[in-house]
Amino acid sequence: MSPVMYWTTTVAKSVYILVFPLTLAFVLAWAERKQSAVMQDRIGANRASVFGRPWLGFVHMVCDAMKMFTKEDFVPETEHRFLHHIAPGIAMFFALLAFAVIPFGNQLTIAGETIGLQVADLNVGILFVFALTSLGVYGLVLGGWSSNNNYALLGAIRASAQMISYEICIGITVIGAIIAFGTLSLQEIVLAQGTHLLAGWLPRWGILLQPLGFLLFFVAGIAETKRVPFDMPEGESEIIGFNLEYSSMKFGLFLFTDFVETVLIAAVTVTFFFGGWQVPWLYETGFAFPWGSTWAIHPNIAALLQMGAFVGKVVFFCWLMMAIRWTLPRFRYDQVMDLGWKWLLPLSLANVVVTALITLW
Amino acid sequence: MATQNTIRVSVRRRAATLSFWEQVYLFEVIRGLWITTHHFVLNLYYHILKLFGIRKTHPLTPTIQYPEECRPLALRLRTLHRLARRDDGRPRCVACMMCETVCPALCIQIVAAAVDDPNIEKRPKSFDIDIGKCVFCGFCVEACPEDAIRMDTGILDIASYSRGGMVLDIDRLLSLNAATERTDKEVDQLQKWLLQ
Repeated sequence: MSPVMYWTTTVAKSVYILVFPLTLAFVLAWAERKQSAVMQDRIGANRASVFGRPWLGFVHMVCDAMKMFTKEDFVPETEHRFLHHIAPGIAMFFALLAFAVIPFGNQLTIAGETIGLQVADLNVGILFVFALTSLGVYGLVLGGWSSNNNYALLGAIRASAQMISYEICIGITVIGAIIAFGTLSLQEIVLAQGTHLLAGWLPRWGILLQPLGFLLFFVAGIAETKRVPFDMPEGESEIIGFNLEYSSMKFGLFLFTDFVETVLIAAVTVTFFFGGWQVPWLYETGFAFPWGSTWAIHPNIAALLQMGAFVGKVVFFCWLMMAIRWTLPRFRYDQVMDLGWKWLLPLSLANVVVTALITLW
Repeated sequence: MATQNTIRVSVRRRAATLSFWEQVYLFEVIRGLWITTHHFVLNLYYHILKLFGIRKTHPLTPTIQYPEECRPLALRLRTLHRLARRDDGRPRCVACMMCETVCPALCIQIVAAAVDDPNIEKRPKSFDIDIGKCVFCGFCVEACPEDAIRMDTGILDIASYSRGGMVLDIDRLLSLNAATERTDKEVDQLQKWLLQ
């Protein structure tokens, strides 16, 4: 591959994988208001309008963004200015960077060149993702600590305690998936989910190999996003969180990070347990159905279909996490710790042991 | 002595009332998600129908889009006052001061004047009601011997930028109609007056 081609495709892929979560996060900010309204028999944001129409409430989101950007950025004198300024950026940066190893498609063939649809095909992709999500909590901790405010500091401490508890569960759960797939590369994990079970009727997705693993991973993943059933760090309704001393778009960035992390957890869940970009019975040259019929399509169109399938699956999981967020009340702090250490951790350990035994058999 | 002072505390363990499957919590989460998703899907269905104009109303959403649509008011509801007119257009009020006397909030101010007509006792030269003080008890309506002051305008959104703006004079009170008679144009005019 020529250097020009290499850099062009790399930049294009990077832009795609940056725009995808940011756009979806913006849509989630809208869905946060509108989906909750529809779930609760309300109508939701419908007053701000452009050209006499509210455009399903999207105008509210634009107005909110404008408000965030134009509000006063208030920084009390006692704060550590530098850390206070970069903390929201750190949180956002690591959340976005983790998308670099998520495979969003198989491969496109353009001008005789094969382009793998993944920004960086690291052979330790899983470790990369979890290293970055673990680092993301530094944004919160630095934000809470540099605020020079006891309530913010306590929020930051709650954040780090919660992250540590659930990182361990996620890490151990993923070991089960690694044993089942035999690789650490995310693209290879997705490729391994392209085969079928039961004489070709059932796609061999991760959830069939690791049902308990999926459950544990998803619960711990929701805890990682710091959203409502697990919003110990923020606790906006009663206890006050790490972002107490933040205002304007720096506050907005923390808010937005939660949505980006929701997309990230959805993407990683899809990659591990729901076949990533795989469409059932769709191979590189077209569909091959288990009842024997085939439908040949161009490989590039197949690749685009798979990219669309990945987006669709991620959107579904974002919806599911939003539904959980608007269904469950917040856990108490001791309940969060109980769930993490007394339930998820032993279960994930048992999951690893059982998976290892079955694999050895 | 010591035995008499012993306090017996019965500790009721709430967790004991939960069954095993409820304590696992996962199934309860799924049950809760089922309820919310059920509402989500049904509501979304009707929202889409409404969006494309197939249905005019949304049967499951009780929201009333307030400034545009209002709940129907009961006829007996006490709303903003008005002064009724005689058939020839003059106010029915004879300035007997009954309402001013009975008013517990002291919000009515009447100045009487003489009338040439021997059948009419007096007439109100000015008749001010300070809506800011009014408690909407309806005593003025009960006390009125001429059925001149009524609280049937159906107007509830009474607001002003100043205390003075809450004082309605005789011209405004006379210009109001009963809710059953009022036209949309008059409602708009009234809004402008109240916000002056």
